[in-house]
Amino acid sequence: MERIKLTIDGNPVEVEAGTTILEAAQKIGVHIPTLCYHPELRLEGACRICVVEVEGMRNLVASCVYPVANNMVVKTNSEAVRRARRTIVELLIANHPQDCLVCSRHGECELQDLSRQLGIRKVRFSGEKRDLALDESSYSVVRDPNKCILCGRCVRVCAETQSVSAIGMANRGSDSIVTTPFNLGLAEGPCVGCGQCINVCPVAALREKDDTERVWEALQDSKTHVVVQVAPAVRAALGEEFGLRAGSLVTGKLVTALRKLGFDQVFDTQFAADLTIMEEGHEFISRLQKRENLPLITSCSPGWVSYCERFYPDMLPHVSTCKSPQQMFGALAKTYYAQKAGINPAHIFSVSIMPCTAKKTEAARAEMQASGYRDVDAVITTRELANMIREAGIDFANLSEGEFDLPMGMSTGAGTIFGITGGVMEAALRTVAEMLDGQELPEVEFQQVRGFAGVREATVRIAGQDVRVAIANGLAQANRLLERIKAGEAEYHFIEIMGCPGGCIGGGGQPLSKDPDIRMKRATALYRQDMLKKVRKSHENPAVQELYRSFLGEPNGEKAHQLLHTHYHARSRY
Amino acid sequence: MSIIRSHVLVCGGTGCFSSGCKKVQAELHAALERHGLANEVRVVESGCFGFCKMGPIVMVYPEGAFYCQVMPEDAEELVKEHLLKGRVVERLLYKEPVTEESVALFNDIGFYKKQHRVALRNCGKINPESIEEYIAHDGYQALARAVTRMTPEEVIEEVKRSGLRGRGGGGFPVGRKWEFARVSKDSIKYVVCNADEGDPGAFMDRSILEGDPHSVIEAMAIAGYAIGASQGFVYVRAEYPIAVERLSIAIKQARETGLLGKNIFGTDFSFDVGIRLGAGAFVCGEETALMTSIEGHRGTPRPRPPYPAVKGLWGKPTLINNVETLANIPVILLHGPDHFASIGTEGSKGTKVFALAGNINNTGLVEVPMGTTLREIVYDIGGGIPGGKAFKACQTGGPSGGCLPAELLDTPVDYDSLIAAGSMMGSGGLIVMDEDTCMVDVARFFLEFTQDESCGKCVPCREGTKRMLEILERITKGQGEEGDIQLLEELAEVISKASLCGLGQTAPNPVLATLRFFRHEYEAHIRDRRCPAGVCQALLSYHIVAEKCKGCGLCKKVCPVEAISGELRQPHMIDKDKCIKCGACVAKCPFKAISR
Repeated sequence: MERIKLTIDGNPVEVEAGTTILEAAQKIGVHIPTLCYHPELRLEGACRICVVEVEGMRNLVASCVYPVANNMVVKTNSEAVRRARRTIVELLIANHPQDCLVCSRHGECELQDLSRQLGIRKVRFSGEKRDLALDESSYSVVRDPNKCILCGRCVRVCAETQSVSAIGMANRGSDSIVTTPFNLGLAEGPCVGCGQCINVCPVAALREKDDTERVWEALQDSKTHVVVQVAPAVRAALGEEFGLRAGSLVTGKLVTALRKLGFDQVFDTQFAADLTIMEEGHEFISRLQKRENLPLITSCSPGWVSYCERFYPDMLPHVSTCKSPQQMFGALAKTYYAQKAGINPAHIFSVSIMPCTAKKTEAARAEMQASGYRDVDAVITTRELANMIREAGIDFANLSEGEFDLPMGMSTGAGTIFGITGGVMEAALRTVAEMLDGQELPEVEFQQVRGFAGVREATVRIAGQDVRVAIANGLAQANRLLERIKAGEAEYHFIEIMGCPGGCIGGGGQPLSKDPDIRMKRATALYRQDMLKKVRKSHENPAVQELYRSFLGEPNGEKAHQLLHTHYHARSRY
Repeated sequence: MSIIRSHVLVCGGTGCFSSGCKKVQAELHAALERHGLANEVRVVESGCFGFCKMGPIVMVYPEGAFYCQVMPEDAEELVKEHLLKGRVVERLLYKEPVTEESVALFNDIGFYKKQHRVALRNCGKINPESIEEYIAHDGYQALARAVTRMTPEEVIEEVKRSGLRGRGGGGFPVGRKWEFARVSKDSIKYVVCNADEGDPGAFMDRSILEGDPHSVIEAMAIAGYAIGASQGFVYVRAEYPIAVERLSIAIKQARETGLLGKNIFGTDFSFDVGIRLGAGAFVCGEETALMTSIEGHRGTPRPRPPYPAVKGLWGKPTLINNVETLANIPVILLHGPDHFASIGTEGSKGTKVFALAGNINNTGLVEVPMGTTLREIVYDIGGGIPGGKAFKACQTGGPSGGCLPAELLDTPVDYDSLIAAGSMMGSGGLIVMDEDTCMVDVARFFLEFTQDESCGKCVPCREGTKRMLEILERITKGQGEEGDIQLLEELAEVISKASLCGLGQTAPNPVLATLRFFRHEYEAHIRDRRCPAGVCQALLSYHIVAEKCKGCGLCKKVCPVEAISGELRQPHMIDKDKCIKCGACVAKCPFKAISR
């Protein structure tokens, strides 16, 4: 590779050809502010915040897209650069609601950060401001076009990472907006509610639908019995909200915090994950034996299920009929648990805490009332839970370690890794292999399905046959995988698809992070928890075994089907 | 076979089309039929003559008689007098605005005398829908020479030697652009003709496509041969229906004749051309936005590098030239680069087509050798300012260009002199403004255009032009504040230095240029709340100068709101509370007694 020598702010730098000025500057610790730039997305060079001066060039250049050249002399902080940057930020602020004090992204806003960093003290431009309606049509994501600064990160993540394109740029010039097809609102378009757009939005133009008020209400009402379930990925990320190191596992503190908030029973979605493996494992074995509707595709990720309903309706027969762990839990909370605890299910309010915004839409699906009630009453994201903990004045970092309540708080390591791409597959393989082989696995970890590549595949030898599996994370990757299958280029028995890159740990409801290794750190925490668990296979979860014995009967049996399985609909995209 | 003794060319350009040339054609046919001349006189629909103000234009050959503003009812007389009896119809001839003399012959008309038509060589001369006529005028000979007797390198060398620079605005040396595309290694390359002409009032490219579409196709094929491409696209706005139609016909004819398609002139060279219609966004004339649009996306620019010559359409090396640039190519290859380079100035070779518009007698399309002065264009070709008014400024370079004042009328029109003077060549819009023009209002007008046409992708252009426009609007409404000029200048600097594409980088130019030469007008608006040209309504205050008023009462009669009072033969008065500043009284007053 050709090496390029250049000078940045007087410092010599040597980098590979093709490197951008921004990357070269980062290498020597020169921080150039950015806004439309995102390391995981296609380069746009649109916001012009990152402009720098290159000697001999008439205009400033956008460092995020401008490749280095030999003998280039770059100034990242000249007077012209400073003036341009300050003016650009000022222009953005001039067309932005200045309601920072009551903004959901107060303190976590990149525009605010830029303004502070550049020392903007006054906005010299007055004039027309955008005045558009909020889009609150979706259960998952709220769009506030007035706060939008048109960096296009959401549009790119939706199109490139997720292959959905539920939002796009419309109109021209100062009338430009990010909007939905025909401006009808997210709920009327192809949006799957994954919330990846929220994670990349630098301001509060996109945010999760806030359901905390409904949860507070239930908690305050003494007549309501509030049960809560927590998804695995939450415990690997919540600590970030309270200044703990990324990758800190905060399971015990989380349980304590939930008790302090006033939840009557603190349960674990991982229990339902183990249950899912029982149901889905049996479903897989049955399909494998009958050779029907293969490959079986997982159904835990509501973003993926929505995507399949809209973009691959012909693949729906392949999708497991199992509900997601959240919904299995919900169905049981108001039947099995209510019965066991002797509580009228009408008085139970079931809350789930999820790393995911699509879960909000999933809980609202018409068919999700197998218990006779709304199975899950409110879904809040990791971020919303952090807000509640902060509001309640709980000193999270210094909490003692609590334990989940029984029986639905008992889980295995298999349930834990549900939160990572490949985790559902690995959990399923642990159980399916033992059930088919009839003997204990010599090695419980299936390293071949781990990793973060968009699409991974492996062949696992089970009971004398090769089981071909594939894993996709992120919907554009799912799209790639499914197209290969449809084109006859690949054939599998079992596929795991998670809607978000990295799986649930990278979900749209997780704490905002600029750490490029964040998904890796959170995953490591969950794998560590799996290793520490005494029981690491779902079928060995005693609470799940007890559930079948005393309530459900057989896996895939009649009662299980009624409560734990569902059906899908082809849906139009527009 | 009948012998045709006379040809009657009826202009079929968009201008003449709008003024009814189709009807004139039909009536001419009917009259010829009536007089039994249908077999000896042929009516031909030609391309644009350029003199759009005088349309519909009819030219009778072999005499070369040039008839203007021919109405359908004139057809009978024209046929009877000229074609039957051989007498020129005096009353339909062009009359010079100053001398009022009738001029019979095309080349004697002041408008045409100083012109030198290279890019427009066939416009108004041949039937654009006939490949035979193009071939009869040496068409496709340059392509033949290139592909059968020259190497691609030799073709590029000739283009380089001609000194031709891009006519779309940038003025980049064309030969070098071809060379860049040539040296890019790829098995697939594209040639794109940029026909997304967008400057308000400019129609050079449209006229060439309407009047001589084959010249563009031929040039694209030559370019394809030179850089190693076998596919070309013409990106043309859908608002140019006649151009699109004639281009489609021309492409079809070229394919049928084997001048497009496989193995052109029996060589290994294959080339075809497709048409892509644009929806008329100004920004799509910017080459990267144009390519994005051809690819089927929203037409927004992308950062350069990579340049199109390296990574263009669908990531392939792409050569983009505009229509007028291409129209020059066959001439260069046919008559030699030295002949071409003999026209024009040291740094700007050849000719340039301008769309003359605004306060000028002869509006229309003119082609002049580079180096012709603005004064020659405005007064000798353009016939000066109507109504004997004084010249104030002329705007070159379209909305991205600048305004030059009367002191700079002797500036030679070439790339470098215009830039040195504070404007630019642009694609060839030339708008003349007389003394009644407010330069702040002109800046506001152009900025309104660019901010409207901003694609919205980058912040400086999207947000900055809007705020600049708001400030200008404030100033023209009499709400300007101290510091506004400075704020405009600061914004202008950031927008031009930091914007993503040429549209944004040049958007502040009209403001900067008017500030440079007419700063006092801005100051008068802001400090004195006065519009010196009397254009900005909010700043006008009409009053009658008592010493000049003869008390004729005409103003009183014409005032629609009864704001004027006064006794006959006594000085009149205007009630400022009632006055709506419509200006009717000023126009009516025979004594110029009303000031504003």
